[in-house]
Amino acid sequence: MTEIPPSSGKKLGLVIDLDTCVGCQACATNCKQWNAGGHLAPLPDMKPYSAGAEGVWFNRVHSYEAGEGAEGRTVHFPRSCLHCETPACVTVCPTGASYKRAEDGIVLVNTDTCIGCGLCAWACPYGARELDEDEGVMKKCTLCVDRIYNETIPEAQRKPACVITCPVGARHFGDLGDPGSDVSQLVAARGGFDLMPEMGYAPTNKYLPPRRPMAPNPNPPAEAEPTPLDLKNPLLRWLDRALSR
Amino acid sequence: MNPAPSIVFFTTASGAGYGLLFWLGVLRPLRLLPASPSFALLALAIALLLITAGLASSLLHLGRPERAWRALSQWRSSWLSREGVAAIATYVPAGIMGLALLADRPGLATVAGMAAAIGAAVTVWCTGMIYASLKTVRQWHHPSVAPGYLLFAGFTGAMLLAAIGALAGRPVVPAMLSILLAIGALAAKRSYWKAMDAPKPAAAPTLESATGLGFIGRTRPLDPPHTEQNWLLREMGFRLARKHREKLRNLVILGFVATIPLALLAMIIGGPFGALLMVLAALAALAAMLAERWLMFAEATHTVTLYYNGES
Ligand code: SF4
Ligand code: SF4
Repeated sequence: MTEIPPSSGKKLGLVIDLDTCVGCQACATNCKQWNAGGHLAPLPDMKPYSAGAEGVWFNRVHSYEAGEGAEGRTVHFPRSCLHCETPACVTVCPTGASYKRAEDGIVLVNTDTCIGCGLCAWACPYGARELDEDEGVMKKCTLCVDRIYNETIPEAQRKPACVITCPVGARHFGDLGDPGSDVSQLVAARGGFDLMPEMGYAPTNKYLPPRRPMAPNPNPPAEAEPTPLDLKNPLLRWLDRALSR
Repeated sequence: MNPAPSIVFFTTASGAGYGLLFWLGVLRPLRLLPASPSFALLALAIALLLITAGLASSLLHLGRPERAWRALSQWRSSWLSREGVAAIATYVPAGIMGLALLADRPGLATVAGMAAAIGAAVTVWCTGMIYASLKTVRQWHHPSVAPGYLLFAGFTGAMLLAAIGALAGRPVVPAMLSILLAIGALAAKRSYWKAMDAPKPAAAPTLESATGLGFIGRTRPLDPPHTEQNWLLREMGFRLARKHREKLRNLVILGFVATIPLALLAMIIGGPFGALLMVLAALAALAAMLAERWLMFAEATHTVTLYYNGES
């Protein structure tokens, strides 16, 4: 059914910290690695070893410059499906292949019934869906639905591939429908926000803003004087001693 | 947005076919068309041919055409699904109309023709709403887009009906109608383009709202996430049209305008030469329509391009 099911209250999603992300592309790479064999596998690669290499990725890391001068910043910005609460990518689907799970809010594609019309990708403001031109069906982030409930892997690894691989801990996974969860607390503490809220899709994933650069210290410590030991040149050392008398 | 040839052809051909079916169903009971069943049968056959060719072409656009039947299931929420259901449902009264004409049952043919006209209008409305309902494409999410689909289908359909009528020696009513609709189409296109060229509304998404970085200051792309193309950029980042916008718009206008003197002359001259002019007018309308549909895609911008080049 492509109607949005009533929410169970559980809203699994990601919180992405734009302050700490270093733009290393590890999340995108590990996502590709896991999902090439995961729930929506395979992820095609066209001409992988020559010019014009391209393929389906669920996660793309952009880099932006924001602001000017001393206030300006370089911000690395991972972009993937936000598992929106009211996503038109689900309601526009003519086949019911694009659906939102009632139990945890994850948005998925049933590749056995998708006809590859592409309308859901048109309806997504965030560019989170990419057509698999090999198979003729739509592919997108699954929130690693095949990891997070997977009882055959150690419990500590039951998180999306992008989250466990991030070397700086810029990605967090949890239930954003539970105000007491770690991720909800983090969003509240850091002022997490929605992307393009004006589109009205109510994304589940939140982004944490880059922190303000530290203001320069108004009382900088006086510059320490050189000690005689810092002066390697014997002539200067004598001069220093003579002048210090 | 990428103007896929299969979709450009589909909306033009099916639109004209549904327009023809509509006017046939509406004008025949009013006795404004040649009365012979053979005329109605010819017009009906051309309409169904155009509709079917268009629908077949739209299947080519799918990644998995063999599963197309599945698209009939989600009419509760999806305009694409509704379009499919309406398109198939319209074949039923259209088919009955054809059989009734063959069996010389004029009453049944009239009723079936009117039902087919309703089906045609509903189908074209659904097509328009597929585009008009997408908030992600500013140029499509505009109140004039879905009515525009109806208007253009009515215009090209009336032109075709006038051409067929001219061949049967009685084109006046559909020709007058098509001239009126040509003027309407011209006005609609001009005001739509004017609205599109106006500065973007302040509430439109920007790279700042797409990244949430506006609180730091003006935001611009530094490094792209990939150096080669991808499907997203080919599908949604099509940019060619904006370069040739003026020329293509003039071509559309020229095509729409040309139909008016051609149709007028055709009515005055009459006879076989008049019929030829009327056919030419219909072809000009269809050619202009193809250009219009191509532009409708090519000029449209998707919010995802904000992430890539900072504008949409
Ligand atoms: S980010 Fe796009 S694909 Fe994901 S739920 Fe929202 S609208 Fe759908
Ligand atoms: S591409 Fe597949 S999932 Fe997307 S709208 Fe079409 S049928 Fe549905």
